[in-house]
Amino acid sequence: MKRRMTAGNLIFTVLNTCLMLFVIVITIYPFWNQFILSFAKRKYLYSVEAQWYPKSFDLSSYKVLLHYKDIWRGYGNTILRTVVGTACSLLVTAMASYPLTKKDFPCNKGITFLILFTMLFSGGLIPGYLLITQQLHLTNSFWALILPGLATPYNIFIMRNFFLSVPDSLEESARIDGAGYTRIFWQIIMPLSKPVLVTVGLWIAVGHWQAWYDNLLYLQKPDKWGLQMILRELLVNNQQSNITQTVKNTFGSAGAVDERQLKSAIIVISILPMVILYPFLQKFMNKGIIIGAVKG
Amino acid sequence: MKTAETKIQNKRLEPLGKRVMKYRALIVMILPALLFFAVFCYVPMYGVVLAFKDYSISKGIMGSDWVGLYYFNRLFSSDRFWEVLGNTLVISLLKLVIGFFPPILFALLLNEIRTKWFKKLTQTASYLPYFISWIVMAGIIREMFSANGVINQIVTAFGGEAQIWLSKKEYFRTILVSTDIWKGFGWGSIIYISALSGIDPQLYEAASLDGAGRIKKMLYITLPCLVPVITINLILSMGGVLNAGFDQIFNLVNPSVKSVADIIDTYVYELGIQKRDYSLSTAVGLFKSVIALIMVLGTNFAAKKINGEEFTLW
Repeated sequence: MKRRMTAGNLIFTVLNTCLMLFVIVITIYPFWNQFILSFAKRKYLYSVEAQWYPKSFDLSSYKVLLHYKDIWRGYGNTILRTVVGTACSLLVTAMASYPLTKKDFPCNKGITFLILFTMLFSGGLIPGYLLITQQLHLTNSFWALILPGLATPYNIFIMRNFFLSVPDSLEESARIDGAGYTRIFWQIIMPLSKPVLVTVGLWIAVGHWQAWYDNLLYLQKPDKWGLQMILRELLVNNQQSNITQTVKNTFGSAGAVDERQLKSAIIVISILPMVILYPFLQKFMNKGIIIGAVKG
Repeated sequence: MKTAETKIQNKRLEPLGKRVMKYRALIVMILPALLFFAVFCYVPMYGVVLAFKDYSISKGIMGSDWVGLYYFNRLFSSDRFWEVLGNTLVISLLKLVIGFFPPILFALLLNEIRTKWFKKLTQTASYLPYFISWIVMAGIIREMFSANGVINQIVTAFGGEAQIWLSKKEYFRTILVSTDIWKGFGWGSIIYISALSGIDPQLYEAASLDGAGRIKKMLYITLPCLVPVITINLILSMGGVLNAGFDQIFNLVNPSVKSVADIIDTYVYELGIQKRDYSLSTAVGLFKSVIALIMVLGTNFAAKKINGEEFTLW
C-alpha cells in the first residue's frame, strides 16, 4: 500500500518524536544528575552547569564508601534475603500452582477461592505484626523477612495459567510410562516453565531487593539491616554520624568530602546493580505482564 | 487448552476418596502454601477481632476483654482520623485520576513511533524509575527539591522564586502525585502496549482505504481496542483507593507538611508501632480493608452491569 505523508502526518510525527525525547530526558535525568554530582568537587556541587554535565572527576566520595562498612554489610544482608527469599517463594508458589491445574483436584474451587480471597481482604498491619512478634517470636529473625511474603495469589494464578498451557499429551504419555505426579512436576512441568519461573522469580527478587518496611518493623539490630534500611538512615533520616566518622578516618577531617557528593555516591552505588541487570530485568519482567494479561 | 478443559468438565467427578488417593502427592505439594495462607493471611484476618477488644499483651488476642465498638466510636469522633482519611482520599484519587491517563497516552503515542530502535529506547528508559526503590527515590527527590537543588535552579532561571518545596503544604501533594506518575507511567504502560500488539492489522488497513489518517485511526481503532484492559485496570485500582502510597509518603514527609500528608497507612504505623495502641490501630486497618473490599466488589459489579461479562475480573 502506498504511504502518503500529508502535512498533518508530518507535524504529528515531529511532535510525537519530540514528546518521546522529552520522556527519555525526564526519566533519565535525575539519575544522570546524581551520577555526575558524585564526581563533583565541592566548588562545582552547587553550580548550575555541574547539574547537567560533569565538570570534575573527583573520586574521594567513592574512596570513603569503600571504607564504609555499613553499606557493604547492608548489601550482604539484602543479597542473602533476596536469594533465599526468592528461592523459597518460587518453590512454594510453583508447588501450589501445579495441583490447581487439575480440575478434579480435591476442593480445587474451595482452595482457589480461599487463596483469591486474601487478595480482597487482609487483616492489616497490626494483626500481622503481633502474630510475627508476639506469637511466632520472629523479632530480629531472618525469617521475619522471608515468611510473611512467601506466596501471593497473583503469582500463583500467573503460574497456574502458564502450567495449563503445557500440552496434556506430554503429561499423559509420562503417566503411561508410570511417572507419578511428583516426577511429572519436576521433570516435565518445571523444565518447560522456565519463562514463567524467571519472570515471577524476578518480580519476587525485585520486591526483596526494595523491601525496607519489614526491617523497620522486625529488626531492632542495625547490623541485620538490609541496604534499603541503611540508605533510609542516611538519605531520609539524615543519620550521618557513622559515615562522617568514615570520612574522618579516610581523609583525616570530617569535612573533607561534601555531604551532597557523598549522598550522590551512595545513591549511585545502591542503584548500580539494578542498572547493570536492567536490560535483563526489563526483558523478562514485562514478558510476565503479558503472560498475566491472559484472563484465567 | 479450551477443548481439554471442556472435556474434563464433561466427565463426571470421581468420589472424593478416590481423588484424594489419586492426587495424594499433589496434596502434599500444596500443603506448604495452604499452611502459609492459613498462618500469615487467615490468622491475621481473625486478628481483626482486636479492634473490638481491649488488647492486653499478657492475655493475648483470644483472652482480651470485648469492648464492642468502643474503638470505632473513639476513631470516628477524633478529628485526626477524618483529617487522615481526607488526605488519603485526596492524594489517592489525584494519583488515580491524573495518573490513569499517562500510561495509556504513552502507549498510544509510542505505538505511533515507526523507528524501531527509538521506540525500544524510549520504552526502556520509561521503565527505569520503576526499578528504583522509594527509599532511593526519596533521597533523589529530597535532593532535587532542596534549597540548592535543580528544581530551584530551573525555577530561578525562569524568573521564579526559590522555595524549600518539600516543606510547603501547598506544593507537597503536587510533588507526591507528579513523582508517583513519573515513577510508574512507563511500567504501567506495558499492559497497554501488549494489548496494542494484539490488534488485527487488517482493521488499520481497512481504515486507511476509507481515508482515515493516523490520529483518526488512533481514536477509532486503537483506543476502543484498549477498553477491556482499561476497564480491568480501573477495577483493580479502585481496590487501592485507600492506598495513597505509603513507601513514598513515609519517606518524604516532614513535620511541616504532616497535616496534608499523613495518610491511613502512616497513621496505622504511628498508632500501632510507635504508640503501641494496638486495638485502635487495628480498627483503622480494618476500616481500610473493608472499604477496599467494598470498592473492588462494587466496581466489578458496576462494570458487569455496564459492559457485560467480558470486561470484569470474575
